[in-house]
Amino acid sequence: MARPERHGVAVIDERRSLATRPSRSDSIFKTVTFSAGAVTVGIMLCVGLFLSLRASDALSVAGPSFLVEQQWSPETGVFGIGAILLGTFTIALIAMAVAVPLALGTALLISEVVGGRLRGFLVSLVDLMAAVPSVVYGLWGLFFLQANVIPVSQWISTYFAWIPIFRVSDASGDVLTEASAFTSSAFIAGIVVGLMVVPTQTSIMREAFSQAPVGEREAALALGSTRWGMIQTVVLPFGRGGVIGGTMLGLGRALGETIAVYMIISPIFTINWQVLKTGTNSVSALIALRYGEASEFGLSALMAAGLVLFVITLIVNFTASSIVARSRSGAESG
Amino acid sequence: MTITDETRRADAADVALFEADEVTPRTNTPSPGDTAIGERRALRRATLDERFNILGALAAAVALATLLFGWFTPLTGPIGWVVVAFVSFIGFYSLLVALRSDGQEVRDRIMTVLLVCAGVVLFSALVFVVAYTIIRAQDALPHLNFITQTMELAGPLDPLDMGGIVHAIVGTIIQISIALAITVPLGITTAVFLNEIGGRFARFVRTISDAMTALPSIVAGLFVYAAVIQLITHQRSGFAAAMAITVMMLPIVIRASDVVLRLVPGNLREASYALGTTRWRTVWHVVLPTARSGLVTAVILGTARGIGETSPVLLTSGVTAVMNWNPFSGPMISLPLQVFDFVKSPEPNMIARGFGTAAVLLLLVVGLFAVARVIGGRGPGQLSDGQRKRVTAASREDAIRMANAASAAPRGRHAVVAAESSPDPVSPPDTENLPKEPSQ
Repeated sequence: MARPERHGVAVIDERRSLATRPSRSDSIFKTVTFSAGAVTVGIMLCVGLFLSLRASDALSVAGPSFLVEQQWSPETGVFGIGAILLGTFTIALIAMAVAVPLALGTALLISEVVGGRLRGFLVSLVDLMAAVPSVVYGLWGLFFLQANVIPVSQWISTYFAWIPIFRVSDASGDVLTEASAFTSSAFIAGIVVGLMVVPTQTSIMREAFSQAPVGEREAALALGSTRWGMIQTVVLPFGRGGVIGGTMLGLGRALGETIAVYMIISPIFTINWQVLKTGTNSVSALIALRYGEASEFGLSALMAAGLVLFVITLIVNFTASSIVARSRSGAESG
Repeated sequence: MTITDETRRADAADVALFEADEVTPRTNTPSPGDTAIGERRALRRATLDERFNILGALAAAVALATLLFGWFTPLTGPIGWVVVAFVSFIGFYSLLVALRSDGQEVRDRIMTVLLVCAGVVLFSALVFVVAYTIIRAQDALPHLNFITQTMELAGPLDPLDMGGIVHAIVGTIIQISIALAITVPLGITTAVFLNEIGGRFARFVRTISDAMTALPSIVAGLFVYAAVIQLITHQRSGFAAAMAITVMMLPIVIRASDVVLRLVPGNLREASYALGTTRWRTVWHVVLPTARSGLVTAVILGTARGIGETSPVLLTSGVTAVMNWNPFSGPMISLPLQVFDFVKSPEPNMIARGFGTAAVLLLLVVGLFAVARVIGGRGPGQLSDGQRKRVTAASREDAIRMANAASAAPRGRHAVVAAESSPDPVSPPDTENLPKEPSQ
């Protein structure tokens, strides 16, 4: 930059320091907000540390077998979350099988097919449904779905029994067909949890789809592509991060869901691969079931179970948010 | 857009030109001359052909499924019928479309039908969940005592005109108020820290609070049960429940406010700094007012989550049938827990009460959501018509006041002091010039 010259004589200003001293109100402001951040972190670290410390009692007794042992009786020292963790994942995977196709289809429907006022209405409806309390879904699952889904379970187990997980048999291997063998199953809980997480997933996916660049959309249409062709070549690739991220965030919620699952399932402590058969379990339902009667050590064991669940949802959520963030930056540069 | 529209617009522009000389039309629309102006067409309407394809495929699918189930095969059951009918509908429809168009077109039609099916299934299921609760609540809700009495004197076998849930409503209000009194100041100040101060510690805070959104709500309840109830208070109370709700809501509120504050346009901040204000005044007079509607929405949606969540209070609040105004001693039940407690009973009347309570909870959440929609739904800096009018009036008054002050004190010193000491908190002048985005 040219220095200012006046009458042929170069006037060189003294260099000024750019560092400023914050005013008093600013330093107070900085201290206050900083301490708010510190308090927040303090609360959260406190939760994490407390959980880990209390859980370590139980974990040191149970050792690595905690992850595979099926029984849950901390009083006798035999306890583990093998069956419970499997039940948690079964319910969550069934929920995903129900939720992801519905969420993907609806997100595409809202962002690509419908337009105008209907779109605004559907977007609000999805957001509203995400705020409906889980106990309402639980009520519906318990009093309506339970009775009406049993014929479906029976139908699936009749025609698809050659797939092992859809078989419903008792301990001796005989096939069961009566309705009572199908109540309170992981399948029913999975459907309810699935419906509960669909709105969250739909709104994340729709958000990602609507960010697909207009230029590329128009280019695809101008080249003679049909609407589905445009969706395939433009919207889905740009929204891929949103699809994966939304799915995983929904998975995180499904893993941690308590009350709807607790209302529907009948808890068991053995591994049950038959998803249509009565009896399953989940970590959060276990905590809700056993916390009241638990001794000091039993509580520690429950904390260990809660900690494992927390670590799993943490991994799922962080993977999801990093995928979503990466895809968003890509969409902007593209 | 049809030709008539264009000509009409051109005419309007001519009139405007005639009325006000300084307006120049940007484009010249050639006169249509003798060209016939056709009828208006609706661009997105389906042709007769397409409609017949859908109707024909539907009829054929129903017929085929009925035939298969009634006569030809040993298949039975309504579920099988629906599955067969749906699959054959897709088959027939693709066949019909394929008669007139190529593979691309067929795929497009099928996928559109599938997308519409997904939407219809999802929305009908979701609406049905809500409607089912409301319908089942018809037994309990019409009794006025249901929202004015407690369950203190009403047993499981008592009819529905005895007993009510006012104690649960009060409990919910007290618990959520305590939780909000902690989460709102702490959450928003933390979000301000993340956005306005920044630095390495802020990144750490953001990571931790993102991590905490993954905390299952039952684990938050378990934490409060073990850390507060067992170690300190030795009894379940409304305060413990409020703590559990706080632990669950705080990360939600921080994250949502963080997103809203990030959307505040940087040029507003820069304008404020350029006028020589301090950071604190910039935040208080520019950033927070600009993001106000978004922040309110974030808080309300967090409140809706906090009210509806059962699992944190399940472990911490305790179950009671009597009114308890004191959050620090004795159990204090809230609405979701009351629903859960009612439906554990096998008595039909208790189940009816459970549905009634769920309906009250649902109406509360929907009401909060509607309020959030009315207040929010607008990005930072986008004003409603009324707000815009007020802001314009305020800045006009300011202009007059400044002009008066300047003419009264020709030295100019007083005018500067006056302008400095009374910056208008609600109306950063730039907000009017922001590009208006269509909502949604």
